[in-house]
Order: sequence, then C-alpha cells, then structure tokens
Amino acid sequence: MVRTIITTIGSGLGLTLYSATAAAAWEVNLTPGVTDVSRSVFDLHMTIFWICVAIALVVFGVMFWSIFHHRKSRGAKAHNFHENTLVEVIWTIIPLAILVAMAVPATATLVQMYDSSEAELDIQVTGYQWKWRYDYLDHDLNFFSNLSTPREQITNEADKQEHYLLEVDRHLVVPVATKIRFLLTSNDVIHSWWVPALAVKKDAIPGFINEAWTVIDEPGIYRGQCAELCGKDHGFMPVVIEAVSQDDFQQWLADARAEKQSAAAAAERTWTLDELMQQGEQVYLRACAACHLPNGEGVPGAFPALKGSPIALGDVAGHIDIVLNGKSGTAMQAFRDQLSATELAAVITYERNAWGNSLGEAVSPVQIARLLEPSTGEAEQ
Amino acid sequence: MSTLETTLESHEHAHHGPAKGIGRWLFTTNHKDIGSMYLWFSLLMFFIGGCMALLIRAELFQPGLQLVEPGFFNQMTTMHGLIMVFGAVMPAFVGLANWMVPMMIGAPDMALPRMNNWSFWILPFAFAMLVSTLFMDGGAPNFGWTFYAPLSTTYAPPSVTYFIFAVHMMGISSIMGAINIIATILNMRTPGMTMMKLPLFCWTWLITAFLLIAVMPVLAGVVTMMLMDIHFGTSFFNAAGGGDPVLFQHVFWFFGHPEVYIMILPAFGIISHIIPTFARKPLFGYASMVYATASIAILSFLVWAHHMFTVGLPLVGELFFMFATMLIAVPTGVKVFNWVATMFRGSMTFETPMLFALAFVVLFTIGGFSGLMLAIAPVDFQYHDTYFVVAHFHYVLVPGAVFAIMAGVYYWLPKWTGHMLNETMGKLHFWISFIGVNITFFPMHFIGLAGMPRRIPDYALQFADFNMVASIGAFIFGLSQLIFLWNVIACVRGGRRAEARAWEGAEGLEWEVASPAPYHTFATPPKLPETPR
Repeated sequence: MVRTIITTIGSGLGLTLYSATAAAAWEVNLTPGVTDVSRSVFDLHMTIFWICVAIALVVFGVMFWSIFHHRKSRGAKAHNFHENTLVEVIWTIIPLAILVAMAVPATATLVQMYDSSEAELDIQVTGYQWKWRYDYLDHDLNFFSNLSTPREQITNEADKQEHYLLEVDRHLVVPVATKIRFLLTSNDVIHSWWVPALAVKKDAIPGFINEAWTVIDEPGIYRGQCAELCGKDHGFMPVVIEAVSQDDFQQWLADARAEKQSAAAAAERTWTLDELMQQGEQVYLRACAACHLPNGEGVPGAFPALKGSPIALGDVAGHIDIVLNGKSGTAMQAFRDQLSATELAAVITYERNAWGNSLGEAVSPVQIARLLEPSTGEAEQ
Repeated sequence: MSTLETTLESHEHAHHGPAKGIGRWLFTTNHKDIGSMYLWFSLLMFFIGGCMALLIRAELFQPGLQLVEPGFFNQMTTMHGLIMVFGAVMPAFVGLANWMVPMMIGAPDMALPRMNNWSFWILPFAFAMLVSTLFMDGGAPNFGWTFYAPLSTTYAPPSVTYFIFAVHMMGISSIMGAINIIATILNMRTPGMTMMKLPLFCWTWLITAFLLIAVMPVLAGVVTMMLMDIHFGTSFFNAAGGGDPVLFQHVFWFFGHPEVYIMILPAFGIISHIIPTFARKPLFGYASMVYATASIAILSFLVWAHHMFTVGLPLVGELFFMFATMLIAVPTGVKVFNWVATMFRGSMTFETPMLFALAFVVLFTIGGFSGLMLAIAPVDFQYHDTYFVVAHFHYVLVPGAVFAIMAGVYYWLPKWTGHMLNETMGKLHFWISFIGVNITFFPMHFIGLAGMPRRIPDYALQFADFNMVASIGAFIFGLSQLIFLWNVIACVRGGRRAEARAWEGAEGLEWEVASPAPYHTFATPPKLPETPR
C-alpha cells in the first residue's frame, strides 16, 4: 500500500513536469466556443464575473480597512451605532438594480437558446450506459459512439495520448453553417449530453425527448463528456463532434451507408469457430467487459458473472434472447440494435467458449441475422 | 449578577448531578449532555466523511485509475456527501442548539427533554445502517447524494433499501429536533425577552427548524416513492410505467434547496454573535438580520428548479427560477453588509473564533458570488454538473458552514469546559485550515470552467495540474483537523480557567452563568441584563 502511494506520488510529480509543456494544462476559464450562442454565453459569464469582482473589492475593501484600522491593538475605541435605515435601504436597492441589469441580457440569450425552430438537420441522441447512439433521422443512418481510449492507458500500463478519455471510435459528423437540432433521450438512466464549445448541455432522459440546437461556424473536432452521473462508467462516455463542410458531409453520408451494406453482406458467409472467437473477444471487450469484466467474473451483487453462468452454459436460444433483447428492470441492455449480426454471433460464441466455458459450438451470423429480420421485431411488439 | 450566581449555586446543591457510568449518556434528558453527544457524533462523522473525501482526492491526484475502481469511487462520492450533510453538519448545528438555546433564552432545559434523548439516539443507528451498506453485496449506494431516479431505483444496488430506511430515521430525528427547538424558543424565554430581543442564533435556528419541519417530510416522501418503485411495482419515476424521472428531481430539490439553507442559516446566527463580541460593538442591523433570514427561508421554497436548468424545463419555468434565485442575493448581501458594518469602527481583536468568523465572511461570500453566477440560466448550461458547482457548494459548506461550526465551538468551549483554549494551537489550526481549504477548492473553479464534469474517477489530461493541486490542498486541510481534535480534547482536560464572561466583549445570558456551565442552569428564570443585545 505504502509502496503504491509512493509510486503514485512519484509518477505524479513526473507528470507535472511533463504536462507543464502540454498545451492548455493550466486553463482557468470557460471556452468562448464556436457558435453565436456560445459566444453570448461567454460574454454573460465574463460580465457577471466582473460584477462579482467589483462588489468583492468594495465589500472586502471596507472589511479589511476596518480590520486594519479599527483594531484594539491600535487603540481603536468601539463606537456604539447599530442601525441606520437609510444605509440599509441603499444597500438593498443597489444590489437589486445590479440584478435587474444582469437579468436583461441573460433573458435574451435564454430566449435565443430555446428557439429550435427551422432546423435543417435532425439528429437523435440517445444515451446508453455508457455510450452514445446517434440517429440521423432524415438519412436512415445510425451508429453508436464508444470510448476508444485503450484500457491499458486507463490502468496506467501505457502512456496516455493527447485526447485521453475524450476520443471515440465513431465521431458525430455534422455540416458547418447548418442549423442542427438535437433530440435527446435515453435508453436507461439519465445522461447529459455536453459539448462546451457549442454551449449545449441537455439531459437525456428515458421516456422523454429534449431539444437543443446549434449552428457551428468553423470546421473542427469538438469534445465533451456526459455530465450527469449515470453509473459506473459515467466518466468514460465522451462526446466527439466533427464539423465538416457541406460537401464533405454528403460524401461521409454516402460512405457510411456503403459500410453498413458491406457489414450486412459479411453475415451471409460461413464463419469458423476461431474467427468468431477472435472477433468475439474484441466485441466483448468493447461492449460487455465494462460490467461483466474482461475475465467474465462480473461484480457480485451488481453485475452477474458469465464465467460458469447457467445462461452462458445453458440453452443457446436463452443466451441469444438475453443478449438481443436484454433483461428489463436491470442494467442488461438489448444489443440487437447495437451490434451487427456478425458481432452478435461472435460475442455469444465467445461467451460460451471463453474463461473455461467450453461448449465448443459456434453460433452462426446467419442464424442471428434471421432473428434480426424486421418481422421478428414487430411480432414481439 | 453575583446574586444570580449564588441563586444558581444554591440550586445546584438542591439537584443531583449527572448519573454515573454509561447510563448517564443512554438515558440523559439534560440538554448539555445531549448537546455534547450530538457534537461528538458529528465530529466522528466529519472524520469518516473526511477520510472518504481524501480517498476521492487521492484517486484524482493524477489521471488514470490508481487506487479504486469506478464503482467504488461512486460509492465514496455518495457516502461522503450523505455523511457530511446528514451526519456532520446537521447534527453539529443541533448539538450547538441543544447547548446554547436554553442558556441563551434563560430556560432550564429543552421543552421536550425525553424526545431530545430519542432524537439523538436514533442517529447512531441510522448511520450504522448507512455505513454497513459498504460491506454488502453490490456495495453501498453509488448514485450520488442526490440519488436521481432511475439510477437509484431500477439500476440501484440492493443496499438502496437500507439507504432509504436510514434516510427515514435521519428525517425523524431532524423533525423531532426541530419541534423541540421551536417549542423551547416559543415557550421558554425568560420574562421580558420579546421575540425582537431573541439572540440571533435562536432566531436563525427557529427559522431553520420551520424549514426542517416543512421539508424533511418531503424527503421522506421521495424516498418512500423510490421504495414503492423498487419493491411494490409502482412507476412514479419510471417512464415505461407512465411515471416521470424528472418528477423525482422536482420533489428531491423541493427538499434539497431549503436543506441548503438549513445548513447555513444557523451558521449566520453563530457569526452574528462572534463578530459583535470581538468587535466590541453591537451587531449592526439586528432587525434587518431577522427579516433577511426570514426572506431567505421563504425564497428557498421558490428556487428549487435552479438545480435542474438542463432537464428541459419550459422557457417561462427557467426564467421564473432564474429571477427568483437571483433575488436571494439581496437578503444574503444585506447580511454580509451588516457584518462588515459591525466591524466598522469597532475595537477588534483576533482570537481563534474571530479568525474563523472573518474567514467565513470572506469565503462564504465567494461561494455566494459563484452561486449568483450559477443562477444565470443560460450560463449555467456551461457550469452545471461541472467542478465549478463542486467548488461553489464546497465554498459555502466548508469554509461556510463548517468554519462557522468551528468558530462556534471555539467561542463556546470555555463555557462548556471551564477552560480557555490554547490560542497558539487554535491559530495554528485556523491558518493551516484556511490555506488548505483554499488550495483544495479554489482550483476547482478553474477545472470546472475548463470543462471537467463532477463525479468522475478519471479525467482528461488538460485537467491534471489543478487536480493535483486540489488533492494536495485536501490532505493539508484534512490533516489539519487533527489539530482541531487535539485542541478540543486539550481544552476539555485543562487549561487556563475561564471567567463566566470568557470573552471581554461577549453579551448574552449564556455569559452570565459560571464557566463551566453547571449541570442545571436557570432553574428559575433570570432577569434580563440591562445591556443591549
């Protein structure tokens, strides 16, 4: 224990030296951001800040002046006054006036932020424990965006890269100079979708839809995080939004659709057990290991173990069902929309053949693809 | 005055003293004994909650996961918050009220002494149950001290049921304590002590007690709704069953915002006694202090949704709660101005209680400024749920409420123990605490503005430097509290003998009785001294 602490402190001091050279490490203020709204928010922030500084100077000035001059050791004699209606009225009215002056621009900015009408692009943002799903509602396209920082960096076994914990496998790509409306909701608990550079923070609440909007001026990559405590990996679900030109956005849309089709085609071919195990491990680490742990042992009382579990070693139909449809009333999500048929088949195969679970049988992507066909989904509802 | 003391002493002989052994503490109905138990209990909780805070700061010392798993980190933030709010700050104020309210108003004891015993003895059981959840399967509550549904219902660990029961018990204890204080202040004031002559600590506690009675049942209601959702198939907070997760937040914060003032109004009272004493000058604007306290209490019921600016309230809702919240700055400002005006043209000395009181005025006001910034709804979208909020509420609660409690303890210790404090050690405690608290919490403003969310066990590299600074400050502040413990114990065990009026400028009935205060005081109502309050 003591040794851990000493190494921790030692490497901590090393890090201080390192990060002294890194950019923006001692950042002390809000970002002005890259939208009209974010700049008005920044201006409001600075205005109220300077008002507070001015009041502080006056109040603390009088206080320290008294502390210095009216002290017994300097022979100060105490006066006996303890009321003055005029003074008391004045120091009630003046703050009130300052507050009114502050409320006017704040109201104007708030009204602007609430006007999400006439959006040109609608994106549904859905919070999941612990990743984001983005649906381009007018473009028949959706995908999940997971943290892509390698586990080894988090556990200090590898050097941390520049965008440590603020990088994802798939960016939310949007066009610049376009009014984008975000429709926010959640699949499980309350999350909060926040991108500081856009001054957008809105809660994603299960069963309800919230609205927010933005118009981004400059192409670039803007990073944020989930802001509402949403469980164990709340600190590990960043938001990365990439603003590109209108042409690049159209190109990206086309590419994304083509990619989706090739994934569907992959499910049709025959996969060997080894191939499925190999891909299954990757999918497992990305989608399942957060709760069930990389060694399949789970967390007693919170997340069940898969190693030696009756479901992973039992009837394959039951195993497929719980992975595809989740278990209501628990943290086990439905993965049917999150993973492709191949990925689902691979991860189920992996769970039935890893960590000493050794059934030796493979679940084929074709089998899963059949279950995923739309008719199955409708029949359930 | 000498006649008063002799009457008291002759009375002392007529009564038997405290019982012997453990029975004295288990069955006592004496307000001084119960006050002491509340204060020791609160100190124990302060150290337990403090150790959790240090574990949190140790994990956040640098990026990456070093000491604890994220799940356990969440249990620590949750338990730290719950223990500090319900176990440390609130019982400390009840303890101070138990000791001081009867002595300040010239009453022999609290109005309801047996209920007083009960309201204390519930607490150790409530917190034993809460802390025991750490050892249960699935761990302790891990959903934050604000326990938002559905994270705290559908997705909660099984120990949530114990948490709910513990909250119920704390609530019952608080409500009984509040009823007792109201009954005592309204009925047992010595003849001639009109309401507008009531010492300010009693006034602020009276108003706090009404807040407690109003909102603790709301907290009990919200945890009961959770219990129903978890075990009895209701769907108050489950959208799939027709409920609304945001309803939870409305009910919780309807309790939660007045709760914030429950933790600060008695502190205002303490400071309003200490500053006049050491400035040797009556409190400026007594009447406006009373009215300001009452206004803050009333406004506290109208501002709860400023904790929820990002949940998607309608525009008019946001505007209403923004304006109402900004309005609170006015009465709070009046209080600060009054304290400064009390110091102005006084004859000040700077003993330990005064140092803590002055630090309170400055640092609480800084917390008030960040509160004003947070009230501006459009800007709050950037601050909400970041370390800026963490900095804000720690400024009002640690160098705010906690410093006021310490100031009060140092101020009244001579009355309780009969010994003066070792001033050198007191000042040492003050300066290390003052420096530590600012190194801990001031950088949190910066990392919050730079974009670090609260309640995360690991963070991006641009937040590393200030986090390290804050962690170092936390250990300085935390360890300096051992000096506080040493000071209190040393003062109980010995020291220079304290006069009845332990501080030169002290006014009030509590300074008319001997130090240490006899086991029974004011068996007959005292005459009010001629001196102004």
